[in-house]
Amino acid sequence: MTDPLLSVKNLRIELNTRDGVAPVIDDFSFDLFPGEAISFVGESGCGKSMTALGIMGLLPEGVGKIASGSINFAGEDLSSAEQKRMRNIRGNEISMIFQEPMTSLNPVYTIGEQIAEVLRAHQGLSKQASWTKAIELLDAVRIPNPQARISDYPFQMSGGQRQRVMIAIALACEPKILIADEPTTALDVTVQAQIFDLLNDLRKQTGTAIILITHDMGAVAEMAERMIVMYAGRKVEEGPVQQVIDNAGHPYTQGLISCVPHILEKLTAKRQMLQEVPGIVPSLRDFGKDQCLFASRCQYVSEKCNNTRPTENKFSSSQTVACWLTESIQ
Amino acid sequence: MALLYAIATRIMYAGILLLAVIILNFGMMHLAPGDVADSISQSMGGADEEVLNEIRATYGLDRPFIVQLGSYIGKVLRFDLGYSFFYTQPVSQLILQKLPATLLLVLTAQFLALIVGVFLGVYSAQRPNGLSSHFVSFFALFGYSAPVFWSGLLLLIGFSLHIQWFPVAGMRDVTIEGNFLEEAIDIIRHMVLPVITLASIFLALYSRLSRATMMEVLGSDYIRTAKSKGLTDREIIYKHALKNSLSPVITLAGLQFSAVVSGAILVESVFSWPGLGTLAFESIIARDTPTILGILFFSALVVIVGNLLTDLTLRLVDPRVRTNG
Amino acid sequence: MNNTDKNIVKARHPFTEAFEMFSKNIAAVIALIVLFLIILIAIFGPTLYPVDPFDMVWMPFSPPGEEGFIFGTDYLGRDLVAMIVHGARVSIIIGLSAAFVTVFIGVSVGAMAGFYRGWVEEVLMRITEFFQVLPTLLFAMVIVALFGASLTMITIAIGAVSWTAVARITRAEFLRIRELEYVTASRASGANNFILMFGIILPNALPPIIVQAALMVGSAILFEAGLSFLGLTDPNVVSWGQVIGSNRSYLLDASFTVTIPGAAIFITVLCISLVGDGLNDALNPKLRQR
Repeated sequence: MTDPLLSVKNLRIELNTRDGVAPVIDDFSFDLFPGEAISFVGESGCGKSMTALGIMGLLPEGVGKIASGSINFAGEDLSSAEQKRMRNIRGNEISMIFQEPMTSLNPVYTIGEQIAEVLRAHQGLSKQASWTKAIELLDAVRIPNPQARISDYPFQMSGGQRQRVMIAIALACEPKILIADEPTTALDVTVQAQIFDLLNDLRKQTGTAIILITHDMGAVAEMAERMIVMYAGRKVEEGPVQQVIDNAGHPYTQGLISCVPHILEKLTAKRQMLQEVPGIVPSLRDFGKDQCLFASRCQYVSEKCNNTRPTENKFSSSQTVACWLTESIQ
Repeated sequence: MALLYAIATRIMYAGILLLAVIILNFGMMHLAPGDVADSISQSMGGADEEVLNEIRATYGLDRPFIVQLGSYIGKVLRFDLGYSFFYTQPVSQLILQKLPATLLLVLTAQFLALIVGVFLGVYSAQRPNGLSSHFVSFFALFGYSAPVFWSGLLLLIGFSLHIQWFPVAGMRDVTIEGNFLEEAIDIIRHMVLPVITLASIFLALYSRLSRATMMEVLGSDYIRTAKSKGLTDREIIYKHALKNSLSPVITLAGLQFSAVVSGAILVESVFSWPGLGTLAFESIIARDTPTILGILFFSALVVIVGNLLTDLTLRLVDPRVRTNG
Repeated sequence: MNNTDKNIVKARHPFTEAFEMFSKNIAAVIALIVLFLIILIAIFGPTLYPVDPFDMVWMPFSPPGEEGFIFGTDYLGRDLVAMIVHGARVSIIIGLSAAFVTVFIGVSVGAMAGFYRGWVEEVLMRITEFFQVLPTLLFAMVIVALFGASLTMITIAIGAVSWTAVARITRAEFLRIRELEYVTASRASGANNFILMFGIILPNALPPIIVQAALMVGSAILFEAGLSFLGLTDPNVVSWGQVIGSNRSYLLDASFTVTIPGAAIFITVLCISLVGDGLNDALNPKLRQR
C-alpha cells in the first residue's frame, strides 16, 4: 500500500469563545491517499470547515489554534510549519474552494487577474504568460468564450460561473489536494450537478486528491470513495462510501442516511421509515466532555454513553465506528 | 460611450443644481433688508434719497426682481459675477486672485488627511486592540469635538508664540523675495500650521472610517480566498483589501467638500491666510452683495465639481459603479 | 433535554437591553454625567454665580486664580467664570434647538421620501442634494449677517444647512423597513399611511436617528461657536465662541482667555460624542451580539 499523502493524527483545534476555550476538533485522525476522494459529512457546526482551515493554516487569528496533534503532508508537519512555508503550500500544493461563490471572489479585480495572480505567485510566470494560462484554465472549467470573459468582473457572472472560476484558481497550480468546502450548497440543483461533473472530470485529468466537505449525502455518493462522518468535532464513523450507506454503524450516520432515502439501493426492513435526527448539535461549551456527545439525541443512549467517550472500534474490515453500542445494534 | 453619457448627464444635472443655487442666493439677497445702495451710501457716510435712487438706477436695482435675476444669470453664464464697489474690482477677478491661496491650503490639507488617514486606518485595522487603534479612536474623538478655530489657536500658541518655529500669520514674508526656492520654503513654513489644523478634522473622519471598513473587508470571504491562494500579507492588504476599503472613504471625502469650505473660512481667519475664506468674511461684514453672491456661487461650483470628481474616482476604484451607470 | 433549557434566553424590552449595554460603557456613562453637570450649570449657573459677564470687575488679563477669579479676566477685565457660566446657556440652547430643527426637517423629508417612493422621493432627494451643495458655514454666515444675529436666526441658519444627513439616514431606514413583513402585515390589516409611517416604521427606524440627533447637538454647538468666533452672533449675549473671538488678538498677553472657553466647548462636544458612541453601540443590534 502506498504512503498517505496527508496524514492527520490526533488533531485538536481549540477556539476561544465567550465561555472559554472549546475544542472544536477533538482527537481527530484520518489519512488521505494520492488521487483519492474522501468526504467529511455532518451537520453544520460539527467542525468540518475548521479541520479544512486547520490544514490550510487559515484558522482565524487569535480565535482558533491547533492545540495538539499533527498534520503530516508529504513528510512535513504543517501544524508547526512557518507562515512562509504555508504560503508556499497554499494555492500551490493544497488548494481550497468555498461555500459562497458569490462573495469569495474579489469584486474589484477581473477574474483574469484573480486567476493569473496565483500563477505568478507560485510559478513565477510573467504577466503575459499567466494571463494566457488563465484563459486556458477558464476553458478547462468550461466557461464559454474564455478570451472575452477573462476581463469580466465577478459581478458580471452567475453563481455557478463564479464557482467555476474559483475551481480554476484552485487548480491553477495543479495542487496535490483540493479541499472543497460545501462547494455547491449555495447553488441551484442543476448547477450543483454540473459542478460535481466538472470536479470529477478534472480529478480524472489531474489526479488531484479531493476532500469534499458537505452535509449532502447525495453529493458524497456521487463524488467520494471514502467518507468520514463527524459529529461535534469528533469522528464518529469512517469507511468506504457505499459500505457505510448500506450498513451504517453509528446511530447518527443512520439518521443522516435515512434523511435521504433515494441514495439507498435497497430499502431494507429496518430503514423503511423516513426518520429525522431529533434535537440539535450540543453547544460549544460541552465539546470537551468525556462522554458521547451524541448521547442527548440518541435513541439507544445508555449510562456509559454519558460518562465515557466511546473509542473507535472496527465495525467491519474497512469501517470504524465510535459508539459503545455498535455491537448491540448489529 | 456609457462613461461619456454618464458624465454628460452628471454635468447637465450639475448645471441645473448651480442654477438653483444662483436663484436661491439671489432671492435671499433680495429678501434681506437693505440693498447695495444702502451699503454704498453708508460707506460714503450717508446719502439722501435722491442719491440712493440714482445708485439704484445705475445698478439696475429699480427694475423688477425677475428682470434683475435674469440679467444676473445671463452675466454669470458669461462668468461675469458683477463689480464689487467695496474692493473696486470685478468680482470674478477678485475671486481668481484669492483662489490659489485657498486651493493650496485646502488641497494640501485634504491630500494629507486622506493619505495619513487611510494609512492609519489600514495599519490599525490589523491590530484591533493595539496602540494604534486606541490612537485612532482617541484622535477621531478629538477631531470631532475640538472646534477647529480653537485647535488652530492652540497650535499657534504652542508653535509660533512659545516655541517660535512657525510664522504667526499670513502666507509669505514680504522681506523674502527673488529666489524661487527661498520663497517656496517660506510659503511652506507659513502653511504648516493651517494645513495641520484643517487636516485634523478630516484626518479624524478618514482614519476612523477606513479603520472600520478595513476591518470589515479583512473579515470578508474574498480575503479568505486571497489567503488560501498563498499570497503574501502585503498583497492581501495593499492589493486585495485596500482597494475594496477605498470606496467608502472616497465617498465620504466627496461629501466633505462643503465642510472643507467651512473649515477653510475658520482656519483662514485664525491664521490670516489671504484666501477666499478671508474674502468671504470681509465681504459679508461689509455687505458687499456682488462679492457675497460671487463667493456663494463659486463655493457651490467647487462642491459640485468636487462631487463630480468623486464620482469619477469611484468609477476608477469600483468596477460595479462603472457598469451600473 | 436539560441541555436546551439553559439556552433559552428570556425576551426583554429592547430598551432595557440597550440601557444595560450603555451602562457597561464607562466612558459614555462618565460623559453623560459631565453633560448633565454642564446642563445644570447652564440652567442654574447664572443664578448661583450672579456676576454680570459684561461688567468690568478687575484689571484686564489677570491670570487664573488671581484675586479669586478662578479663570482670570479677559481683555476688558471681565470675569471669565461668569462668561463661561453664561455662555453655557447659549451653547446648550442652540445645540438642542438646532438639533431639534434638524431632526424635525430631516425626519419629515426622509420619512416622506422613503415611504412614498416615486416622484415624491425623487423631488425630496433632489432638494436634499441641493442643500448638500450649499457650503454650510458660508451660507449660515450670510443668513445671519443679512437677517440679523439673533439666537433664533442662528438656530434657523444651522438647522437649514444641517438637516440633510438626518434626511438621508431616515430615508434609508424607511426604505429598508417598509419592505419588512410586519409592515406588510399592518398594511394588510388596514393601517393607514399615517399610522404606518409614524406608528410602525418610525419607531423601528429610531436607533440610527437617535444617534445622529445626538451627534447633531454636538455639531450645532461647534457651528454656533464658529459663527460667534467670527463675530456673527448676538452681541448682547455671551457665548463661548464669542469670548474666544474677541480675545484672540491678545494671545501673547493672555492665552488662557482663548484656551479656557475653547476647552469648555471641547469638553461639552466631546461628552456628546462619547454619549453618541455609547448610544450607537447600545442601539445597534449587530454590535450587541458580539
